[in-house]
Amino acid sequence: MTLSTTTQLPDAQVQPLLRAYDQARAASRLTSLLWAAALIVVVGLASWIAEIHPLTFFEKIGGFTSYFERLTHLDDGAYVWTNPAEWFWGLKKWLRLLGETILIAYSGTFIGAVLAVVFSFMSAANLNGSPLLRGMVKRGLEFCRTVPDLVFALIFVVAFGVGALPGIIAIVIHTIGALGKLFGELVENIDSGPLEGLTASGAGKIALARFGVLPQVAPGFLSYALLRFEINVRGATVMGFVGAGGIGDELMITIRQFHYSDISAILCIIIATVFLIDMLTTRLRRYLLTGGMF
Amino acid sequence: MALVAPLFLAWHLFGVSLAQLGNGFWKLGQFAVLMFPPTPGRFFWLFLQALGETLAIALLGTLGAAVVALPFSLLAAHNITPFAPLRFLVKRSFDIIRSIDTLIWALIWIGVVGLGPFAGVLAILTSDIGALGKLFTETFEEADQKPVEGIRSSGGNRTAEFVFAIWPQVSPVILGQILYFFESNTRSATIIGVVGAGGIGLHLYEEIRTLEWQMVAFIVLMILVTVAVIDFISVRICRQFTGYLKAAS
Repeated sequence: MTLSTTTQLPDAQVQPLLRAYDQARAASRLTSLLWAAALIVVVGLASWIAEIHPLTFFEKIGGFTSYFERLTHLDDGAYVWTNPAEWFWGLKKWLRLLGETILIAYSGTFIGAVLAVVFSFMSAANLNGSPLLRGMVKRGLEFCRTVPDLVFALIFVVAFGVGALPGIIAIVIHTIGALGKLFGELVENIDSGPLEGLTASGAGKIALARFGVLPQVAPGFLSYALLRFEINVRGATVMGFVGAGGIGDELMITIRQFHYSDISAILCIIIATVFLIDMLTTRLRRYLLTGGMF
Repeated sequence: MALVAPLFLAWHLFGVSLAQLGNGFWKLGQFAVLMFPPTPGRFFWLFLQALGETLAIALLGTLGAAVVALPFSLLAAHNITPFAPLRFLVKRSFDIIRSIDTLIWALIWIGVVGLGPFAGVLAILTSDIGALGKLFTETFEEADQKPVEGIRSSGGNRTAEFVFAIWPQVSPVILGQILYFFESNTRSATIIGVVGAGGIGLHLYEEIRTLEWQMVAFIVLMILVTVAVIDFISVRICRQFTGYLKAAS
């Protein structure tokens, strides 16, 4: 024990301290080991349930590189970028479908956000005095955001028929759930001063919301709605998988029928669009949050 | 008002009519009535097994994505990797992966490894590499630099800086992010079965197409309960670990 010379404590005092230190280290090591063991057991169980053997991965990973390789070739074997006109042969059709996709996302986000404003006011403790109604609205919002939008779309396709409408309504429902919660948190955190002023001057509920709450939360609301729009555009690209409009239908057919160069072309257009929208919304959000408006 | 204009365009372009809307909502109302009482019929064990598969897909996908995303996010963080072009490349790759929806990845992976839960795991894994990679990078970049300077001034090398100054700060945050993604992936894993990538989505799709509304309602309830339970457990685990790490440091 060289430690006793550096700490300059008598041996009798150092030994218990060292022992306590070792015990603490052993205890923390045991906890880590137990967590690691639990993790290994859970992963093993999950692999068994999902029918994955460690070897299948290495057997099949080669398939991905060759798939990727095929994505970069046209039917005649040339690389896709050597002949962009051939690669993007369906550009006009795809851009129209993508436009529809964005329109679906926009309509769904807009209507959903407007309804979310109403529900968020109803779920906020500082605006709604009835705990029963508040609880009901909150559970409702929870339901709307926990059920995936594609599940709603599946059901709505049966009710409204194949087309963009069920996609829009599915996005509306999911957006109400997601934004309603975030909006509600913003509303509960506002400054109560203006509210008291308005109440004192005899304002009704609507006037209170319009002049007391909305000016305080509008930039935050818009910022969240823009973020949601970006998410919904991505979500709307797959609505077509279940018949709910947009580019998804075309994409699913090309993937299922192994038209490799078409797959890569459509994916490129989707990626570019999502990038563009991401950039624009980020700009707008920064502008809003630094007080460019209101 | 310019904000409302696209709605009219959508109404016109998609040929929506009031009759279609009314008819659809009327049918939805009928479906809702037909959902009661929710019952699994004779498929309870089948549904439970499929739900287990969904959970397994979500778990393996999330963990796999975290394992892959972690080293790459180190390459993308400006306080760890000084070489700017490499950071740019990794960050843009995360963005590209992220902009393709999980369901599209599922279709692609089905083309590579065939139908089944393995394709589902790979789909969640790939799409989450982008999302988790971006979050991890941001977490690393937000780490306080003072402990790093402390390690450096006492003669520690770059490895020591990472292990003793950065990792203890970010590990609870990263754990929280992984647990949150596990929860949200459970939700996405319920739908990838729709395209044939395993889990309960296939059954949900079948029951909706055959208009077995009582079973649809039961499956949706099963999903809701599962997500609530996972949420409960992950909050517990997260609290346990952050407390443990605070006590240790």
